[in-house]
Amino acid sequence: MSETIGLVFIITGLAFDFLGCLGLVRLPDLYNRLQASTKCVTFGTCGIMVGIFIMNGFTGMGIKALLCAVFLLLTAPVSAHAIARAAHIAGFKLWEKSVCDKYQEDKGKG
Amino acid sequence: MKSRILSFILSLIAWLILTWSVDWQHLLIGLLASIFVSWAVGDLFTENPWKFKDPKRYLWAVYYIIILIWEMIKANLDVAYRVVHPGIPIKPGIVKVRTKLKSDAALTYLANSITLTPGTFTIDIDKENGFLYIHWINVVSEDIDKATEVIVQKFERILEKIFE
Repeated sequence: MSETIGLVFIITGLAFDFLGCLGLVRLPDLYNRLQASTKCVTFGTCGIMVGIFIMNGFTGMGIKALLCAVFLLLTAPVSAHAIARAAHIAGFKLWEKSVCDKYQEDKGKG
Repeated sequence: MKSRILSFILSLIAWLILTWSVDWQHLLIGLLASIFVSWAVGDLFTENPWKFKDPKRYLWAVYYIIILIWEMIKANLDVAYRVVHPGIPIKPGIVKVRTKLKSDAALTYLANSITLTPGTFTIDIDKENGFLYIHWINVVSEDIDKATEVIVQKFERILEKIFE
């Protein structure tokens, strides 16, 4: 039973990982690509980790997988934030159909 | 000093969970590593150790994690839909939102939660004035109040109870 549930989690995770990579290729600029990669890849990888935990239960391997998921959730947003901020400061333009850029406006003032 | 003791206890717990076996070898290495970590981190870990004593904060944290996971599932389905849709229906932009939170920990968690949820991620924080700059994959409103209401408020209410 737990084998099946774990497999379902792992397959869902893989599907989200795949969608994240697809977004990385299809979306127009760096910021939108970061959206796809941070959300879908974090969630997908966490799904795989939870699947491993469900399959193995409270053993060394299962607990380590769960801890991996927690650390991933804590660190992935930080790296995304760092990349986006660095890109913006380096003058990387938004996609031309973007609606607004309040950050650029405020930086211009300061 | 209290901050160091707290970081020592937390890193020891993390170590014990990671090894998942209690014998003296693991425990000895864990103790040494935790002492080193708490020494290296110093007083940076928390400014107000008394906040850890209040059990209500932990209950709110559990509630917060449930809300966050639910929002993450919605976010992922939303972004996945935008990715597979042939027309790529996105309308990106960087908006500015307001926040009432003041402490470093609360702001960190707010920024991280925003990054993990529907089509938004934090680019920069202006701590003095309490502004966040957020890249939004589907801009609903450029207005600062409306954007604050949509993006920030559902997390802010709970984080206020946990960290402030």
